[in-house]
Formats: sequence, C-alpha cells, structure tokens
Amino acid sequence: MLKTILRRTGKFAAIAAAGLVMSAQAAEPIKIGSFLSVTGPASFLGDPELKTLEMYVEKINEEGGVLGRQLELIHYDDVGNASNARNFASRLIRSDRVDIIVGGSTTGATMAAVPLVEQAKIPFISLAGAVVITTPVKEWVFKTPQSDRMAAERILTDMKDRGITKIGLISGTGGFGSSGRTQTLEVAEKMGIEVLADVTYSGSDTDMTAQLTNIRNTDGVEAVLNFGFGQGPAIVTRNYDQLGMELPFYQSHGVASDSFLELAGDSAEGLRLPASPLLVPDSLPDDDPQKKVVQDYKAEYEARWDSKVSTFGAYAYDGLMLAVQAIEAAGSTDKEAVREALENIQGYVGVTGVFNMSPEDHNGLDADSFRILEVQNGEWKLIN
Amino acid sequence: MLNRFMQMRLRDLIILAVILFALPLFLNNPFHYDLATQMAIIAATVVGLNLLVGFAGQISLGHAGFFGLGAYFTGIMTSNYGWSSVPALVVGAILVGIVAWIVGRPILRLKGHYLSMATLAVGFIIAIILNNERALTGGPDGMPVPAFTVFGWELSPFGSYNLLGMELNGSEAWYLFAAVVLLVAVWLAQNLIDSPIGRALRSVHGSEVAARVVGVDTARYKSLVFVVSAIYASAMGSLYAHFQGFITPAVAGFDFSILFITMVVLGGMGSTMGVILGAVVLKLLPQVLADFQELETVMFGAILMLTMIFMPKGLLPTIQTAVGKRMKKKAGGQA
Repeated sequence: MLKTILRRTGKFAAIAAAGLVMSAQAAEPIKIGSFLSVTGPASFLGDPELKTLEMYVEKINEEGGVLGRQLELIHYDDVGNASNARNFASRLIRSDRVDIIVGGSTTGATMAAVPLVEQAKIPFISLAGAVVITTPVKEWVFKTPQSDRMAAERILTDMKDRGITKIGLISGTGGFGSSGRTQTLEVAEKMGIEVLADVTYSGSDTDMTAQLTNIRNTDGVEAVLNFGFGQGPAIVTRNYDQLGMELPFYQSHGVASDSFLELAGDSAEGLRLPASPLLVPDSLPDDDPQKKVVQDYKAEYEARWDSKVSTFGAYAYDGLMLAVQAIEAAGSTDKEAVREALENIQGYVGVTGVFNMSPEDHNGLDADSFRILEVQNGEWKLIN
Repeated sequence: MLNRFMQMRLRDLIILAVILFALPLFLNNPFHYDLATQMAIIAATVVGLNLLVGFAGQISLGHAGFFGLGAYFTGIMTSNYGWSSVPALVVGAILVGIVAWIVGRPILRLKGHYLSMATLAVGFIIAIILNNERALTGGPDGMPVPAFTVFGWELSPFGSYNLLGMELNGSEAWYLFAAVVLLVAVWLAQNLIDSPIGRALRSVHGSEVAARVVGVDTARYKSLVFVVSAIYASAMGSLYAHFQGFITPAVAGFDFSILFITMVVLGGMGSTMGVILGAVVLKLLPQVLADFQELETVMFGAILMLTMIFMPKGLLPTIQTAVGKRMKKKAGGQA
C-alpha cells in the first residue's frame, strides 16, 4: 500500500518536474506584429514586404530564433486603408499583445497608427517614406526607407555636380508626388537651385505633353525633374522622348524598379534617378559594405518566391533585422529597453543603406544611401 | 404584458439600450471597446442614411463625402484654429447641411441611376478636394485630430475617467459616449419617421406621383431628408475624427460610401434596427475573417452575395418575418 503511494508520488513528481523543464524550454515566442497593404492599390508595397517578413522570420527560427526564443509573426492586411491600419494596430497592441510592430506600408497607414503606438509605448518600425513620420522625432516610431527629402537632396546634388542650377519640376498630385514636390522646392531653395517651372499632373492623366511643353518653353531651364509614382512617370518619360527634349532628365526613387524600364522602354535612355543599390547589386564596388547584404537578399528572395526582388521588400528586411538586433542588444523584449537599443543602433548594414540611429534621428540613413543610376542600353548603370 | 411591450413605440429603443449597456460584459480588452465604439458611430451614420434610402427611397452613393467633410471640418478647426469640439461639430454639421441642401435641390430631381450617379459625383468631388488642398487637409497622407474636448474636459481614448464611482479607462468611456450618441440618433430618427414628415417620405417612396397628387411637396421633403441624413453623417464624421485621432481622405472616399450603402441594404432598408445590425456585421466581418488571410476577400464577397440572394430584404426583416411566422404557427397549433 505504502509502496504504491510512494511510487505514485514519485511518478507524479517526475511528471511535474518534466513539465517545469518543458515549460522553461518552450519559452514564449517573441511576437512581431505587422499590418501591411498586401492587397488593394498599394499591394505593390505590401506584397513584397509580407513575403520578406515571412521568409526571414522562418529563416531566423530555423537558425534558433532570437535570445533562444522563436519569432512569431502576426500580420494583418490593411488593404491600403488608413482606418483599417489603425484598427489592426489597435488589435496588435491590445489583443495580440505583440512585442514590436514592423509595418505600415503607406504614410497614411503609418500616421494613423502613430497616436496609438505612442500611447501604448510599443516600438514601431514603419516601412513608409514621407519625412513627417520621423520629423519631428516621435519617441516610439522608427522607419527604414529614406525620406523623399533625401531623394530630393540626392538628385539636386547630382545636378549641381553637373553644373545645373535652373530646373523645371513636374510632379504627380498623389501623396508621393505632392510630398516630393514640397521637399524638392524646400531643398532647392536651400541649395541655391532655381525651380523655374513647376507643373503637376493627376494620377489618371494619360498625356503630359502639355505640361512638358510648358517646361520646354520656359527660358533657362537646364534640367527636368519628375517626382511621381505608378504609371504617370512612365508616360512623362515617353512624352519627354516624343517631344525630343534634350535636357538632362531625372526621375525620383518612386519609379526605381525594373517594371518602370519595361513601361518606359527606349525613351528612358539616359535618364537618371536615385535608387537603392538593390537594382545594381553586381556593379557595386567590392569594398562597398552593402554589396554582400544586397546580393544575399536578392538571391534568397528570388530563390524563395520565384519573383523579382523589389526595394519595398528591402524596407521590410531592414525593419525586421533592426528589430531583431535591438531585441538582442536589449537582451529582452522589455519595450523601453528595445526602444533604447533601436535608438542606439550604429553601423547596421542593411539593404537600403547603413543605419546610424540616434535620439534625434529615428531613420538613421543619409542621402548617400541612395545611388544615382542612369539608364544605359535599357539597363541600370551605377553612376555614383 | 409581453404583447403590449412588443407594440410599444419605444420598444426598439429600449431593446437597443439594453443591448448597448449589457455589451461591456462581453468585451474584455480595449481593442473590443475600440471596435464597438466605431460600430456605434458608423451605425448612427447609417441610421441617418437609412432615412434617405429606406424611407424616402432615394439612393446616395456619396454619403462618405458628407462624413468626410464633417471629419475634416472638425480636424481643421480643432487642430489649426483651436476651436472646441462641440462648436466645430455643430458648425460643421450646419455647413454640411447647407452644402447638402444646395446640391440636393437639383440632383434630387433625378431618379434611379441618374440620382445615384449624381450623388456618386458629389462624393468624388469632395474626396478630390480633400486630397488636393494639401495646405489645409494634409493631402493624401492625412492629418492628426486632437481629442474630443468640452469646456476644457477632454475625452481621449487614452485617458482615465470616473463615472458615478466607476473607474473607466478611455476606451470604455468612449464606448459609453458613443452608445449614448447612437441611442439619441435612433430616437431622433424614430421620431422623424413617426411624424407627418415620415409619412410623407414613405408616400414618396411608394409612388412619387401619387404622393404629389395627394398634396405632398415631394421636392421639399426629399431635400429635407437629404439634408438631415447629411447632417447625421457630418456629425458622426466629426466624432469619428476625434475618436480615431487621425484622418485621411479615405474617410470621404468611394469605398466608404459603398460600405455605408451596403450596411443599409444588408441590414434591411427601412428598418432602423436592421441597418444597425448591418453596420455591426460589416464592421465585424473583416476582423473575424482576418485570420483567413488570402481567403478574406473571397469569403467577404461570398457572405454578402449569399445574404443578398437568400435574404433580399436584409438580415433583420428576414429574421423577423421568419420568427413571426413561427410564432403564429405555434399560436395556431395551440388554438
């Protein structure tokens, strides 16, 4: 009788002990929350971003996770709608209780979530471009893409290097184009470049000959810059060629993709734009620290998804890696510690650029992370 | 007793109040309150739209335009000009009412598809203006809106409050506020429906010619109800802006207009409780389906289609008829 009791107690103790050990091993996963515009009008942003996040979360988990814990990706599709984005951010923070958020494909979606994030005090790495996201600096908000202001700086610097001081500006009226226009006008004034002509087109316009003729007829214009997104810039490029305009022509980083080359065809010959090194991984000089990261990302992405890599996916790559690095540096998922670690990341070599965060700069990139490319024989050519 | 209750004029309102105030028992985190608050605000908007669609039989595909105007008027006035929330809401609603009256007079002469097209255009124009007036509205990237304030007292989703000795956090406080707003909206709508104006509107719905023959000034009543529903939308837009804390021109967009009208049709045109149910279902579905990822949109569409095929009168009226039939059968069996 006593024996049986003893044996049973022993068994029970063994099971209980095993249970304890098990629960210690299978530590809670680190929850990474994300809301992206995977479908809808901004799906060209959200789709590669989600693919990148999924793929690298998988990869990190196979390699043993972060701090010995697995990563768990919880993501929602905001369909490019800011109020959905806000709701999903709320769900991530309050219901799923994630440790960090990496997401927000568009500026609107990001900004809609910012008040919540700031209030809930949870680190948030945005994947959207506009300068307002991190200027003025918001305590809990970081972002990985360069701002449109840097693109403007990079373009205008390149123009200055070529001795151009008077330009014509044509921009789209969408979010990207109009924000880019404002930044260009500000930077131009600072750098002493005169914007002699300033015309716009709307997203659904199918012919921009009138606007371009206006620029051509403006005396003294030495170069033309088009800030826009989607198919507008491709039409501008074609019209530019049809009008036989010979002035140096610049596009923004908004069209820095291979599909733009297909849309614009031969007429893109000779135009320049600032872009991520991801477009020209193999022509980067060997001493460029980004070369290996960029080549690896491109190879891994294309092998896994069987589709072309895009710069937008790279924003998500950098966002995830920054998050991982910060959690490792903080040694825990304590939100304040992770936030501080994020703020102090120095010299992280990403696909988009080399990040040097600081309490005053939650983007951490400078204009040099853009490379100036020129279209030569239908291909991107690295200029500097 | 039960029968008498079922025939009371305020029956629906009482049922709704009981549901609204019992709901917090089932909500267990701020995110749920968040959703419930949005549902209440949207439901109140749809109750207003239902006056136009369900009772007067006029279609508006541009109602988000008025909603967005209200939201932006509030946003601009409270953040740039330091107005308090209530005057911004009221002045915004009055201005939107005037806009609705001006555009309503001519376009309500149109019928059927033409009327839909005209209201659609009004919505589009408003959205385009909000998109392009960057200096005022922040353009496509949107603008932040401060918390709701009354005489220096602030209702923020992030604050904490004390109501009759109960500790409330901001989300709960907002929910109670939105619930009361919804009740008031329903009460006003019910009163309007039961008034001579409501009867006139239903006659317009039935047959405009017949209504005119018996002396109803159809043009006047049609624009009146258009204005009323626009004011509903504007006021709720203002609250929505305060609650969200950030608005983009999407609140005035086509998608949002379609969502509103779908809520009315799905819930049951002409049934105030029905359209509230429609709003709840359509706000809830995306959250429930979010876990299905790629299938989300397909399932959303399938659910809408099946409902419209098998319940063409809308959710609530169909359920009510079914329940009514069964009750009659039971009563018949006993007798």
